[in-house]
Amino acid sequence: MKILLENVTKIFPGRGKGAKEVRAVDNFNFEIPDGKLIGLLGPSGCGKSTTLNLLSGLLQPTEGKIFFGEDEVTNLPAEHRGVGLVFQNYALYPHLTVLQNITFPLENLKGDAKLTKEERVKRATEAAKLVQIENLMDRKPGELSGGQQQRVAIARALVKMTKVLLLDEPLSNLDARLRLQTREEIRRIQKETGITTIFVTHDQEEAMSISDMIVVMKDGLVHQIGKPQEVYDNPTNLFVAKFLGTPPINVFAGKIEDGALYVGEDKLFDVSVDVKPGDVYVGIRPEGFVLQADGPLHCSLSRVEVMGRDMSVVAGHPAFLDASIRAIIASENLAEISGDAVNFDVKPGKVLVFDKETEERILI
Amino acid sequence: MEKNNLKAWLYLLPAILFLGIFMVYPLIDVFVYSFEEGYNSASQTFFGIGTYNYSYVLRDPYFLQALKNTFILVIITVPLSTGIALLISLGLSSIKKVREWYQTIFFLPYVTNTLAVGLVFMILFKKTPYSDGLMNLLLSLFGVSPIDFMDGPYWAKMVVLCFYTVWVVMPFKILILTSALASVNEDYYKAAKVDGTSAFRTFRRITLPMISPMLFYLIITGFIGAFKAYSDAVALFGTNLNAAEMNTIVGYIYDMLYGNSGGYPSYASAAAIILFVIVLTITCINLLLSKKYVHY
Amino acid sequence: MKSLTDYEKIGRSKKRRQAAGKTVTYVLLSIWALIVLFPFYWMILCSVKSYSAYNSEYIPKFFTLSPTFQNYVDAFTAVPLAKYFANTIIFTLATTAIMLVVIVLAAFAFARLEFKGKNLLFTLFLALMMIPNELVIITNFVTITNWDMRNTFMGLILPSVTSVFYIYLLKENFEQVPEELYKAAKVDGTSDLKYLCKVLLPICKPTVTTITILKVIECWNSYVWPRLITDDENYFLVSNGIQEIRENGFGRENIPAMMAAVVVISVPLIILFLIFHKKIMEGVSRGGTKG
Repeated sequence: MKILLENVTKIFPGRGKGAKEVRAVDNFNFEIPDGKLIGLLGPSGCGKSTTLNLLSGLLQPTEGKIFFGEDEVTNLPAEHRGVGLVFQNYALYPHLTVLQNITFPLENLKGDAKLTKEERVKRATEAAKLVQIENLMDRKPGELSGGQQQRVAIARALVKMTKVLLLDEPLSNLDARLRLQTREEIRRIQKETGITTIFVTHDQEEAMSISDMIVVMKDGLVHQIGKPQEVYDNPTNLFVAKFLGTPPINVFAGKIEDGALYVGEDKLFDVSVDVKPGDVYVGIRPEGFVLQADGPLHCSLSRVEVMGRDMSVVAGHPAFLDASIRAIIASENLAEISGDAVNFDVKPGKVLVFDKETEERILI
Repeated sequence: MEKNNLKAWLYLLPAILFLGIFMVYPLIDVFVYSFEEGYNSASQTFFGIGTYNYSYVLRDPYFLQALKNTFILVIITVPLSTGIALLISLGLSSIKKVREWYQTIFFLPYVTNTLAVGLVFMILFKKTPYSDGLMNLLLSLFGVSPIDFMDGPYWAKMVVLCFYTVWVVMPFKILILTSALASVNEDYYKAAKVDGTSAFRTFRRITLPMISPMLFYLIITGFIGAFKAYSDAVALFGTNLNAAEMNTIVGYIYDMLYGNSGGYPSYASAAAIILFVIVLTITCINLLLSKKYVHY
Repeated sequence: MKSLTDYEKIGRSKKRRQAAGKTVTYVLLSIWALIVLFPFYWMILCSVKSYSAYNSEYIPKFFTLSPTFQNYVDAFTAVPLAKYFANTIIFTLATTAIMLVVIVLAAFAFARLEFKGKNLLFTLFLALMMIPNELVIITNFVTITNWDMRNTFMGLILPSVTSVFYIYLLKENFEQVPEELYKAAKVDGTSDLKYLCKVLLPICKPTVTTITILKVIECWNSYVWPRLITDDENYFLVSNGIQEIRENGFGRENIPAMMAAVVVISVPLIILFLIFHKKIMEGVSRGGTKG
């Protein structure tokens, strides 16, 4: 089902005397296409969980409208929306078995929708099969591993013929190995069911790896929406550029002058004459560096970390704004590095320029 | 090592001494007393060993009255106070505004002197030649004719005793249940809400099982406490509880020991052991039941 | 598919139901608050009504226009209320102080010292927690009588200066303090007693405070043991005092004066509670029992 947010704003009253109100979600406008997996991505406190609660109906927006398909659901209580919600800590009822947990939502159905016990078990078993936990039905949540609990929670969210599946930080309670496995699993389940799925995460790698579309948020504002690779390649502002990618983008103080882009004193390349001269931030992705003896970017070499196929060249530059530059370069070039200085050329497509004042992207 | 050993015992000495004299020795002694027939506290002699003390106590009409009173009190006040406390705690946990005010007010009876406040209850219920008392005034609004609560029929006195007992035990129960409810993770309720679970079902299937360990704890301590009721009754009806037909088992024990019919530690011991056995039995039954119903 | 208006209706009716539920909740809570507070209001009200005014009201009035403090004067002059008060303060302070020393030492031994039979002894201690007071009070009464300690403070205080439960509570708390601190103190040559006073107790101050407050409440309200062990008015505590006032107090049934005495007795703990209500409630939910 398609979801549409129209001018959605959520304001929380300030706590305590004289405290300022909090704009957790500020004027959101976006459309989530049917049957896709969408990642809401942002640092903590950016309003992503509030957005999820607005979609689930646990919160009502202060302003604006929410549509599910063609229907407005802005003030519709959670239980009438047909959403499934998976909590960060799974919120499985500890005193009920896995089967009882999964059938729990079905027992709430009333009137025409009411199911017999056999039907409930049948539906629960189908959901359990989907997430591959059908052999754990008689266990209590306390006897399951984190990954298994996660699957039970998903099964419970899906069992009532959910139209929209919402996942709150689905992977944050799992260890690193399970995390990789589980995110594939979520992707598979979403593909198999075709249910519009929205998940919240602060981990950009997680969002990038499985989403059809990501929504990057900060301080209650949507910064950018798009396919992961598009957002990575063409961030609209400095925040988005810095937030996506590991290792993160390298940001330098630079300027545009005389139709060329400078990083400190080093002239990187010419730009079209239309670009307004002035101070800028220059972001270079780690993979955007090329080792070249007479390259324009003159850096001091700190050390080289070889990581198998690639190596990470750690360097410094007077105009660099963080601790140290990280450049990812194929290991076979190791022999070319020696001494205490290193020069780079850059791949123009991996260089992003931002206005110094607004931090908005400048196309060059 | 030896030195350390000695030092440890030195640290423990006061505790062991006090516990030995005032807990362990009396514990043994009370059994001894209860089987010593015809014990005379003045000469500290007795003339036989047997179960006469028990049979005397069990046939004593005052004890039977106390037993009856205590059982009625337990059966009425434990479920009533636990039920109301649960209701109030649910109410408390569903509000945000002025919640702390309510909690503080509700806890007030815990820190008051039972004997002192009992007097206030007495005058609220008392019917005198000068006045029917406030409670009767209130009841007359509903067309009930004045009842002599303090010196009148048995059931009326029992009502006052139960009412005061509930008033006194409420703070502890509300406190425990409120914190039990607060410890239930909010996400469970959110999950239930998204699934469209009705309020009643949420309570029965989620809240109740989650707080069941605390609830059973309260029921068990509630039973134990109610079986030991005494000072509430004294507060309301004075020290001569036998005359008021309002004595409790504990009251009987103290009266046997010292007071209007006092000076019989053997009878008191027998009664104390009977009480202990009753409480132990009820507690065991409670524990067995809780094993069956408390799931985690 | 439901129409837009239907969805709006569902939302609105749910909001209405929630509002109604809130109202019912507040009404319910307020009723109980009234039941709790009313006796306090009534005792203060009666205590400032004059004797004649009180007795002439066939239908009790809910307020008084001519408050008098004569009853408070009577409460302190006609009956030895001040004496009861002083006795209770002495009893409470002495019992609490001695108990703290006893339980701190014992808890420290269990928490930090190693000795033979420690586990066995601790198990025995725990077993004692299950012994009801009623069972041992009989022999204690005889013991104190034999020691000629009836109508003395020693007789009042001695049986209640240990509490297995508080030893247990404190021991658990002591054990939460990292053992490294103890080892560090040992390496520095700190004596056990100094470590206990300078390190352990300051760290565990919240628990000690809680125990102190609970014990003070318990002492202030204790009735049964003092009643058994004292029949001389000079050693009465407030609970026995109030009972005495009630039964042979002011020569005649002087309820306003009686209420004044009740107010005086209740006030100290209520003030203590209003100051420390957070601490007290927290402490009771951790370790108190009553009821």
